[in-house]
Amino acid sequence: MYEHDVIVVGAGGAGLRAAVAAHEAGADVAMVTKLHPVRSHTGAAEGGINAALREGDDWELHAYDTMKGSDYLGDAPAVETLAKDAPEETINLEHWGMPFSREEDGTVSQRPFGGLSFPRTTYAGAETGHHLLHTMYEQVVKRGIEVYDEWFVTQLAVTDEPDPNDRTCHGVVAYDVQTGKIEGFKARKGVVLATGGPGQAFDHTTNAVSCTGDGQAMAYRAGAPLEDMEFIQFHPTSLPSTGVLISEGVRGEGGILYNNEGERFMFEYGYANNSGELASRDVVARAELTEVNEGRGVKDEYVHLDMRHLGEERIMDRLENILHLAEDFEGVDGLVEPMPVKPGQHYAMGGIETDENGATCIDGLYAAGECACVSVHGGNRLGGNALPELIVFGKRAGYHAAGGDLGEAEIETGYADDVEDDDTDLPITPGEAGIEPEGVAADGSGQVADAKGTLERAVEAERERVDHLLEKDDGVQHSEIRSKLQQAMTDYVNVFRTEEGVKKALKIIRECRQEYQDVYVDDPSRTFNTDLQHTIETRNLIDVAETIALGALVRDEFRGAHWRKEHQERKDDEWLKHTLISWDRGKPSVWYRPVILEGEEKTYEPKVRSY
Amino acid sequence: MSTQQQKQPDEPETQEAPTDQEMKAEASPQQKRLQRKREQQSAREASADEGELEGETVHLKVFRYDPEVADKQEPRFDDFHVPFEKGMTVLDAVMYARDHFDSSLTFRHSCRQAVCGSDAFFVNGKQRLGCKTQISELSQPVRVEPLPHQEVVKDLVVDMDHFYEQMHAVEPYFQSEDLPQGELEEQRQSRENREKIKMSSRCIWCGACMSSCNIAAGDNQYLGPAAINKAYKFAMDDREEDEIKEHRLRILEQEHGVWRCQTQFSCTEVCPKDIPLTEHIQELKREAVKKNLKFW
Ligand SMILES: Cc1cc2nc3c(=O)[nH]c(=O)nc-3n(C[C@H](O)[C@H](O)[C@H](O)COP(=O)(O)OP(=O)(O)OC[C@H]3O[C@@H](n4cnc5c(N)ncnc54)[C@H](O)[C@@H]3O)c2cc1C
Ligand code: SF4
Ligand code: FES
Repeated sequence: MYEHDVIVVGAGGAGLRAAVAAHEAGADVAMVTKLHPVRSHTGAAEGGINAALREGDDWELHAYDTMKGSDYLGDAPAVETLAKDAPEETINLEHWGMPFSREEDGTVSQRPFGGLSFPRTTYAGAETGHHLLHTMYEQVVKRGIEVYDEWFVTQLAVTDEPDPNDRTCHGVVAYDVQTGKIEGFKARKGVVLATGGPGQAFDHTTNAVSCTGDGQAMAYRAGAPLEDMEFIQFHPTSLPSTGVLISEGVRGEGGILYNNEGERFMFEYGYANNSGELASRDVVARAELTEVNEGRGVKDEYVHLDMRHLGEERIMDRLENILHLAEDFEGVDGLVEPMPVKPGQHYAMGGIETDENGATCIDGLYAAGECACVSVHGGNRLGGNALPELIVFGKRAGYHAAGGDLGEAEIETGYADDVEDDDTDLPITPGEAGIEPEGVAADGSGQVADAKGTLERAVEAERERVDHLLEKDDGVQHSEIRSKLQQAMTDYVNVFRTEEGVKKALKIIRECRQEYQDVYVDDPSRTFNTDLQHTIETRNLIDVAETIALGALVRDEFRGAHWRKEHQERKDDEWLKHTLISWDRGKPSVWYRPVILEGEEKTYEPKVRSY
Repeated sequence: MSTQQQKQPDEPETQEAPTDQEMKAEASPQQKRLQRKREQQSAREASADEGELEGETVHLKVFRYDPEVADKQEPRFDDFHVPFEKGMTVLDAVMYARDHFDSSLTFRHSCRQAVCGSDAFFVNGKQRLGCKTQISELSQPVRVEPLPHQEVVKDLVVDMDHFYEQMHAVEPYFQSEDLPQGELEEQRQSRENREKIKMSSRCIWCGACMSSCNIAAGDNQYLGPAAINKAYKFAMDDREEDEIKEHRLRILEQEHGVWRCQTQFSCTEVCPKDIPLTEHIQELKREAVKKNLKFW
């Protein structure tokens, strides 16, 4: 068993920032991560970090844009915290040596991004995430923070009280990918989940293969609710063959979208008469697919993104990386021809419910980054708003987990008596085909255990589960289940959603769950067994996909990225509330909590979103 | 558990290493790369016209080894025949082989877009990123092996610990003392200076360069191209003060530092990020001389 004050699970932008903050607060910190830190998906981020740094801009404008972008589903205390803290945190990165792009006078450069009223996206070429990730890892190295890399966390050690609000997290169970050894990691003060998004639930995604929603699934099974999972962002410009992302920076710099008739459709067909290509992502993604559906797509599949007119010099200076991506992965030379693009799964606005201090309803369990939902992005995330979220809320979560005081949170977490339950008729009983070995899940059915007992029991259960998977020598392989799941999500829970489609998806997810009962791992080795790892990840994907589809079914309105054919309007009277799904009180259930629109000084009044 | 792969990379295509002078006068690494890409692209289009590969299978020969599994303890090559699709990369092909033929086939990979640095393999005798290498550019059968000169953990997975140690040995973190007073005030950097360190800052820690370097293969303590390049990034950043720069140069000019480099250019040749590694190492040698640091 290993023991530290704070255990940070995941070493992307959020995890690294949390670890540094916890370390600065005096804690003994360890990071446990399934990939070496510099391999984390944050490295793929391209466009930039939003922060109000310049004259003419201020945090209030940033907060306003973010609320509007969220389609009024962001919680104001979180949104305002993001906007207020982002400048200092961004400059802090600069002080750590991050190589931002520069203006003539040596200050950091900023550029326009979709949905922003000021060009406040601070960037480092078209590889901002790479530099951010490496700069923060350097700080972790500098401080000598312990990193257990290639350790895959499979389970949280959470006590078993019937009400999740009474539970405590004492650590995690992880397995050493190199040797297959399963061990407990005890956290004296707290566990911070920073495991990134669940993009692999979809077939066509900009996300890395490692983005399997592990943290979300683990927290969910331990009793922490998942919030607003139906809100999945589809990025308008991903390469059709691979899903590799073409940064919004291209449109920010003046890139233009054309249909197969060479029309600049964002204006021609009135999708966004003012902002055109720079409308918010949900708007552009729907516009593109509408073009394709109406027969104006190229090869019936995609549209063109043209940046040739920007000129070689500007492209080389600010978007060079894009040229390489288009060449390497699509065989297109962006200097001489337009690039093919289509919407691809990109970001999960929803996640583990936390307050603005990173805390969940389970004592000692924190979450930050894409796996969390403090609710800054609401129904739709603005480009350039995820990276500041990582550093702002990563820092807060780390600091808080280490015992630092951030004051009382305004956002509530966890199920309470005054929240509203859902009464939608579901086509399936979610999660019923339970795949937990008995007595393992903290579902209130077992014994309340002490700290040590909780961890030991969890380790024991994981060892048993892994033994079972390795010993079983026939059954279904995870790759079959995974591709079936991904296909169903892409077919039915995509940019456009219908009630019938989402129900179909739920049925298929249910089938996947049943098939998973019979899953086995072909590779018998304990050494670097990726077959085993992917098998465990697949189970996480099933749980997360189910919450996405459930959320998409119950929310019968059109808001942000969530479009429903039968419901073509935003229903503010009924739906200014978060969808929460929890696996607690013995069964999964859906309930709601109102959105907080009151900020520190003003209330954000929902307005029609026009771009 | 070591099956050291002692294979050497094919002779680099450019036998005569360009001199520093020539390199200065020539196009930038980015432009060279674009040029190379355009040529490959037209070659690809030409062969596509003849319908080459389309509808065919790709023959892969993949290195296999597992210290724990009886019939894999003796290293061997497995053959896989994978249906070809336009745009298919080496990573796509090995993933296909794994998902359809043998789920125990083991390799690292994650981003699929050349930023995570985890899938550097030895493909047809050269260090390359699997996800960035088009099958159509390779001759068949496509041999996929783990990076040479590193201990093999299993199949295509090598032990990266030594590489990480060398990276950490150069104090890879920004060390300026001269931070501006205000919390919201940045430390200014000129565009020229940023441009100067830009290429060096692109390293994704894939380990290809280290694996291709003969000197590193012979001298386990040699810092190696990636670590030296990392140090270059900081040493050339004007925001760090002179004393720190000198401290960095001292680390670099020690016995197993920059002077070990014999300008063979193999690292520069394989770097998937087109970092002019050899040039950077040369420049640091010059800096060390300029600063009058003693040549050990
Ligand atoms: C292609 C692309 C471009 C983007 N561009 C931008 C942009 O320009 N601006 C912006 O603001 N946002 C951008 N985003 C969004 C943003 O980059 C991500 O939301 C963000 O990087 C997620 O960071 P994270 O720290 O939460 O997770 P990640 O960086 O994904 O890190 C997750 C970490 O968790 C670890 N992990 C996961 N599961 C486990 C487990 N079971 N056990 C142990 N460790 C585990 C992983 O090893 C990894 O270290 C982009 C996203 C993509 C995909
Ligand atoms: S310098 Fe190039 S080859 Fe070497 S580790 Fe970095 S990216 Fe890889
Ligand atoms: S998979 Fe990330 S570099 Fe190839």
